[in-house]
Amino acid sequence: MEVIYVLLAISLSVSLLFLGVFIYNLKHGQFDDDYTPSVRILFEEKGKKQ
Amino acid sequence: MEQMKPLMTEADTVEKSVERFEYDNTIVRNFGLATLVFGLVGMLVGLIVAFQLVFPVLNFDLPYTTFGRIRPLHTNAIIFAFVGNGIFAGVYYSLQRVCRTRMFSDNLSKIHFWGWQLIILSAAITLPLGITTSKEYAELEWPIDIAIALIWVVFGINLLGTIIKRREKHIYVAAWFYIATFVTVAILHIFNSFELPVTFFKSYSAYAGVQDALVQWWYGHNAVAFFLTTPFLGMMYYFLPKMANRPVYSYKLSILHFWTLIFLYIWAGPHHLLYTSLPDWVQSLGVVFSVMLIAPSWGGMINGLLTLRGAWDRVREDVILKFMVVSLTAYGMATFEGPMLSLKNVNAIAHFTDWIVAHVHVGALGFNGFMLFAIAYWLVPRLYSTTLYSKSLASVHFWLGTLGILFYAIPMYWAGFTQGLMWKEFTPEGVLRYPNFLETVTRVIPLYAARGVGGTFYLAGFIVMLYNLLKTAQQGSFLANEATEATVYKNVSHKGEHWHKVFENRPILMMITSLVVVSIGGLVQIIPTLLIKSNIPTIASVQPYTPLELEGRDLYIKEGCNNCHSQMIRPFRSETERYGEYSKSGEYVYDHPFLWGSKRTGPDLMREGGKYPNSWHYFHMRESTSMSPGSIMPNYGWLHENELDITNTQDKMKAMQTLGVPYTAMRISNAPAELKEQAQAIADNLKAEKIEVKSDREIIALIAYLQRMGTDIKK
Repeated sequence: MEVIYVLLAISLSVSLLFLGVFIYNLKHGQFDDDYTPSVRILFEEKGKKQ
Repeated sequence: MEQMKPLMTEADTVEKSVERFEYDNTIVRNFGLATLVFGLVGMLVGLIVAFQLVFPVLNFDLPYTTFGRIRPLHTNAIIFAFVGNGIFAGVYYSLQRVCRTRMFSDNLSKIHFWGWQLIILSAAITLPLGITTSKEYAELEWPIDIAIALIWVVFGINLLGTIIKRREKHIYVAAWFYIATFVTVAILHIFNSFELPVTFFKSYSAYAGVQDALVQWWYGHNAVAFFLTTPFLGMMYYFLPKMANRPVYSYKLSILHFWTLIFLYIWAGPHHLLYTSLPDWVQSLGVVFSVMLIAPSWGGMINGLLTLRGAWDRVREDVILKFMVVSLTAYGMATFEGPMLSLKNVNAIAHFTDWIVAHVHVGALGFNGFMLFAIAYWLVPRLYSTTLYSKSLASVHFWLGTLGILFYAIPMYWAGFTQGLMWKEFTPEGVLRYPNFLETVTRVIPLYAARGVGGTFYLAGFIVMLYNLLKTAQQGSFLANEATEATVYKNVSHKGEHWHKVFENRPILMMITSLVVVSIGGLVQIIPTLLIKSNIPTIASVQPYTPLELEGRDLYIKEGCNNCHSQMIRPFRSETERYGEYSKSGEYVYDHPFLWGSKRTGPDLMREGGKYPNSWHYFHMRESTSMSPGSIMPNYGWLHENELDITNTQDKMKAMQTLGVPYTAMRISNAPAELKEQAQAIADNLKAEKIEVKSDREIIALIAYLQRMGTDIKK
């Protein structure tokens, strides 16, 4: 059954890595521009006839 | 706050030029049309199977129309034909627009469309013929499995190609959901479809027993996650803002709940196997992750509902938004209920009952159905450059559909609670209050009827929509190629950007990362049970099936018995009293595929062997009510007529041998004789009870299998 501990350790470290990346970016203001794309899709159908 | 800084960087580095091009609406219209056609078919079949449980005469005593064969037809038609085509219509429409480009390849689009319809057609033919693997939502046999994999890859290439050639630098959240859908469904489908072909129409699952169950429900649960959920969330993130004409409530939340959702979902599969012979630690892992799933699921629901903040006055007026609100509410309810059902104490009562049927239909009718209806009402007038033919008819549809869901779900919850409680009830003397399973069936038949009424409402609403959309299409003119234009970016560096943009701008990297993330969950759970012998205690007395029993088991699979009968006695006193010794994982080591079932419309059959004489089974299979008055089981008269096909028996044994079943070469070469000898013994036994039947009939093989079930452990 030892392999379970190995696999759990791997998955936990991956989860923690994700969490770390997330917290790091949260603290470094990376989420400031998370608005524009949501507005941009609302303005896209202004095509002219080819 | 570094306001808008990344935006400025983008503007600085982008070299702009305006390009004109056309969106492909034909592929959207085609998939949309297929959605509507197969929605009608799938729901009609659903209605028939619903009423078959009330009026067994609706099985028509024909092999092709019995419940066991057409219930998979209903589920496959709804999931892969109705919802599947609906996803593709939504994806092909929204992807072109968020990427500001035509699809990568019109030819791939066409191959995808026609390939998918051919797969559906072959499913519609093979399932009523009894050509099935028995694995839920993966019933289609191996040649169709290969076709599905190929067409899915065509879809994937088209999807990723479109994202790569996009004119919009940022990949909108909807597209991430589509990528995750493609990647994960590909892995799930391929992994679960490992099967060894015997003939063109028959294969055996490469996994046996507990392992097959784990892989199957890893697939089954994630089919819900990545076929019925992620593409719908993706579509929600495009269509809902467009419908409401306001941006999504929180784009940040969409990033967060996307990653959380794909990371958590893949671990939840074992909650389908609680209290079974699956190792306990795998069960617990499944429960924990299922409970955690409520967070990202509700993140999506809340993000959708809050997008309508300040627009609730419009929801009152706009029927499309009404459909969306009910859809998201149903999603919220189903994803709250899911984690609750995953708790072992709740699952102990709910599993195998109609509660689960209610649960999935809240998701399918509410979340999936209503969102597809909203999209159809929004999309068809746009594709045909017109307005909706009748808003009041759409409103009629909304109320018929909403009432239909309620009339469906409430009786089924009631039926589920009734079954769960009746199965477990003991008298003060300590014996089962309802020792005859049939009592628990006849008690819920009125509720099955009420469910059928709910389904009828829902289907009626759907037909109203078909009329409304047809009229809409007639009054407009179809715009096959929609002209548009976009500003093109060039040579954009990724330096100093939002971390997530690294993924947003690199679809391949994004795909690989998704693949890694979802694989971890699957591998952690599957590899150990595959590898660790201690998980599967072997029982010396458990022996492979005889050739006749093997053929009987294949008939059991062909007739879809597992749709109504489980083969899994959970370790509860209520179950061991009723059915016998609880199931051990070692009893299933030769079961390719496993046949645990997921629903007890009829009783568990794990320990059926030796419970009744052969003659009982003979009569019961011919006419169930002759042995069990009031039974709603279909009659299987053709089994008594048809000659058993033994041309492939030896090939089947050889295939089993390849998969690790210890048949010796001598036993395989001697198989026809062994088979005939056992069949003759059963025929003689029946003859002693004054039943004249030839020993080469199918019923003999089925009786042989039924009498073997669960007996090895008693040796």
